[in-house]
Amino acid sequence: MTPDPLVRVSGLRKAFGTRRVLDGVTLEVGAGEAVALLGANGAGKTTLLKLLATLARPTRGTALIGGHDCARRPEAVRRLIGLVAHGAHVYEDLTARENLRFWATLGGLRVPPAGLAAALADVELERHADERVRTFSEGMRRRLSLARFVLARPRVLLLDEPFAGLDQRAKKWLEEYLQAFKAGGGAIVMATHSFGRELAVADRIAILAAGAIALDTPRASLTADDVQRLYALHTENGS
Amino acid sequence: MTRVLGWLAVLGLLAGLVAGFGLAPREVTQGNVQRIMYVHVPSVLVAYLAYTVVFVASIAYLARRVEAADRVAHASAEIGVLFNGITIATGSIWGKPTWGTWWTWDARLTSVAILFVMYLGYLLLRGMIEDRERGARYAAVLGIVAALNVPLVHFSVLWWRTLHQPPSLLKPGAPAMSSAILTPLLVNLAAYALLYAYFLAKRVRILRREEEAAA
Amino acid sequence: MWKDLLVERRSKETLNGLFFFSLLLLFVFQFALGPDRERLAAVLPGLLWLGFILSGLLGLGRTFLVERENDCWEGLLLAPGDKSAIYVGKLAGNLLLMLVIETVLVAMFAVFFNVDLGAAWPALALVIVLGTVGFTAVGTLFAAMTAQVRARELLFPVLLLPVQVPVLLATVRATEAVLLGEPLGAVANWLKLLAAADLIYVVVGVLTFEFVLEG
Repeated sequence: MTPDPLVRVSGLRKAFGTRRVLDGVTLEVGAGEAVALLGANGAGKTTLLKLLATLARPTRGTALIGGHDCARRPEAVRRLIGLVAHGAHVYEDLTARENLRFWATLGGLRVPPAGLAAALADVELERHADERVRTFSEGMRRRLSLARFVLARPRVLLLDEPFAGLDQRAKKWLEEYLQAFKAGGGAIVMATHSFGRELAVADRIAILAAGAIALDTPRASLTADDVQRLYALHTENGS
Repeated sequence: MTRVLGWLAVLGLLAGLVAGFGLAPREVTQGNVQRIMYVHVPSVLVAYLAYTVVFVASIAYLARRVEAADRVAHASAEIGVLFNGITIATGSIWGKPTWGTWWTWDARLTSVAILFVMYLGYLLLRGMIEDRERGARYAAVLGIVAALNVPLVHFSVLWWRTLHQPPSLLKPGAPAMSSAILTPLLVNLAAYALLYAYFLAKRVRILRREEEAAA
Repeated sequence: MWKDLLVERRSKETLNGLFFFSLLLLFVFQFALGPDRERLAAVLPGLLWLGFILSGLLGLGRTFLVERENDCWEGLLLAPGDKSAIYVGKLAGNLLLMLVIETVLVAMFAVFFNVDLGAAWPALALVIVLGTVGFTAVGTLFAAMTAQVRARELLFPVLLLPVQVPVLLATVRATEAVLLGEPLGAVANWLKLLAAADLIYVVVGVLTFEFVLEG
């Protein structure tokens, strides 16, 4: 692990009313590294991503991205991260190109039309650039969502179920995209509750149960069956 | 500390009652009804005080994000609405024998009533948001908008009435306040301010306990 | 703002709905008040603003619904940079929407209730624009606040209406005077109040919007 990890979470707690969804999460992710967060529904994967994305404030503990505190200096953190959550952050009634231009402008980026076209080409949407998002498939939306980061160049990608609802071709494309992102020195935190292709991208696997990291281990040493067993072990006696 | 405040408030209220109903002279034209002023005027002033505290605490919350400030704003808004309600009720009770009607769209009555619904809306908003942190933020924004709106409400309502009806019809000639009336009024005002401080301290503590119990 | 207008142009939902709604309002007013022209003329300024406000409650309340699709709300929050730009954009879009609707309403009133706008229209336009800025500034802020709340349709008007009393009073009085052919100087007080209110609301909106957007 690098001396100064891009993502450093320590003792993080988030309570909604009486329920502690996260209670003492500690996690580090370095540059060029991808961590897959596994956990049952409601284990707090999405909540953890939201805290990292500055969309929610922790009840206790800290989350640092690039050395900036997510709760205290959200602006600095927002420049470093890209979030792909359940919603693709796209407007149904705008075309792909219009969506991209809107988010670029909002992010304070001045992108020439050629830049927009290049970004769309990067995610293989150039042929659909002027079609409304309403007509897009799930995979196309996800790619459009990622196209924003081609422009904004975040250092950390936060992904919530990035492979869900994609067909084989789209999954393959996404995997290659994420590998390239890692190779470029970015860090990836992705939440998932399946054991498919996302595990191939991940360097480490962290299992979230009962609001804390129950297990954090390198993936290389594990087979898919091992992961399944560990997952079952930790989620059953957890919640 | 809170307990001392409580006893002081009780003492103050007793003194206020004695002063207002015992010592103060019977008003010549209005009779004993006028004595309701010793409740009415302090309660409206305390309501204004409470709303000012909401305003300041709201700004403090947004700037610093300390939950204590939010609790103060919440508690103060509740107490403000309570005293605001007392103001309207006592005003009505006084208005019936004096003006012959429970309610009239007099300038001051109207603006006090608008404040009442505005801050009721504030409490409603608080009640409707489950997420504690978001509720606090929204309430703080509303607390600021509402407070800045108070002078606007005041002037608009004042002009609205006075431009169309001579106020003398609605406001009985205010006699120059003699010290015999002023002193009991001030005693009551002090007592109500103490009562407010006591309620505030108590309510803030209860809110904190509730949150601790919930966490 | 460019984005919202584009979305609106594509879907035309809000605008079509509001046009139809204002037409219906006209019928309702007519049925409720009967055909008596004089009586209608007397309450016309009030009716006009009632129409604006009812349309506005519907239209402004929808401001942030488009941000709920695909969680765009999150995206807005995550975009680095000054959040008040989003508020200003939304405000400008809403302002345009309101002014279009109001123009239509005024035209319909003029035709159906046989009002001769004649030389009064520049003054009327000034009053309407001043009033609409204030109404829309608070409306946009509150729409953002209530967009994420369960009882949105209820809470939005409950919060907005009391706060809007000063603007409402001022505009109705000013509109009345203008329709009676009085010079603007006669309502200078009201216009100043409106301008002050507009300024306060817009500034507060710009300053606090960031806290509302936070989710």
